[in-house]
Amino acid sequence: MGSRWSPYDNNGGTCVAIAGSDYCVIAADTRMSTGYSILTRDYSKICKLADKAVMASSGFQADVRALQKNLAAKHLAYQHQHNKQMSCPAMAHLLSNTLYYKRFFPYYSFNVLGGLDNEGKGCVFTYDAVGSYERVGYSTQGSGSSLIMPVLDNQLKSPSPLLLPAKDAVTPLSESDAVDLVKDVFASATERDIYTGDAVEIVVINAKGIRRESIDLRKD
Amino acid sequence: MRYPYVTGTSVIGIKYKDGILLAADMGGSYGSTLRYKSVERIKAIGKHSLLGASGEISDFQEILRYLDELILYDNMWDDDNSLGPKEVHNYLNRIMYNRRNKFNPLWNTLVLGGVKNGKKYLGMVSMIGVHFEDDHVATGFGNHLARPILRDEWREDLSFEEAVKLLEKCMCVCLLRDRSSINKFQIAKITEEGVTISQPYALKTNWELSAFKNPSKGAEGTW
Repeated sequence: MGSRWSPYDNNGGTCVAIAGSDYCVIAADTRMSTGYSILTRDYSKICKLADKAVMASSGFQADVRALQKNLAAKHLAYQHQHNKQMSCPAMAHLLSNTLYYKRFFPYYSFNVLGGLDNEGKGCVFTYDAVGSYERVGYSTQGSGSSLIMPVLDNQLKSPSPLLLPAKDAVTPLSESDAVDLVKDVFASATERDIYTGDAVEIVVINAKGIRRESIDLRKD
Repeated sequence: MRYPYVTGTSVIGIKYKDGILLAADMGGSYGSTLRYKSVERIKAIGKHSLLGASGEISDFQEILRYLDELILYDNMWDDDNSLGPKEVHNYLNRIMYNRRNKFNPLWNTLVLGGVKNGKKYLGMVSMIGVHFEDDHVATGFGNHLARPILRDEWREDLSFEEAVKLLEKCMCVCLLRDRSSINKFQIAKITEEGVTISQPYALKTNWELSAFKNPSKGAEGTW
């Protein structure tokens, strides 16, 4: 026989999230691949976990779906106990614990969590597969992240986390400018990353609620 | 780790105007030996679903036993409720993912199609639990050979005759280029009216091309 069986696969995909003073943009492409093959061109990687918390995940689809179901079940229990929706920072911590719980057989998933915090400010949390996380102003994860991150750094220049007193990490951009930037970085990543393409799904959270839109990308 | 013994090759599934069509050949390969030639790899599940499998044949038959039990227990409720394709697909997803978590996978890629309450459903699951829905799906070699054709020619309002023709075109390409495929197929149909699985039949092939008749022509020095 050839190579050894692996319980993991990389189904690719790119996620981006940007936090503003009163909004949050979360985006991911809709391509699902394995190796050089495309499995489907229309698979949503974005999951609404609570009214003000949305997660975009790439990596191994089966683990991602198990993680989403796990969090949905935990959130249901939370609602029964507290009679309210979980806040985004609370969900961020839950996600970290959920990932770390499987530290020695990890969920192979790369997540960004976006939403509004208790003050109504945009927030983004970025993770690794085993649950290390950090609150930031913007982030990207997945196969196209190495192409996108430097562009976000260049366009959104976040204040150093070492500054005292701490400065807000939220971006100065308006909501529509942030959405336009997301469209541009996905169009660019699609040019060079074979695992990114087909379409980008963009979710915007603000005081009014949640809005979804979809833009076509290159299909090759 | 267990590796597969007897395997089936590609399964192709498409949506069409009235429902879902699945196609698969009837070969069962023991490595590269064509060991079995009458394996039914498409089966009806309950009233609303069709299941096609590539990969280890014995694991597929084990899965059929699981599903038989699932449908039996569902029928025992006798409440005029029945599991639809979405539920069966979800059940399969969980079984496949659960077994990969135990490092003891069911060595299959499954295609599940069905119609319930006027809703068409077509999905796939792999042996490590990766799953999704689409308008057309294909396992293994079919994903390389048949899906490009389907992306070109598939339409939502395909008639039954057109859909069968399209599937046969795909199966023909698989037959010519996939070594482990055989020219003995079944095509299965599921609509609101129910399931029909065709009798085994063969596709017309043409080996009269000059390149086949005289393969060494133009290759000087070969024997």
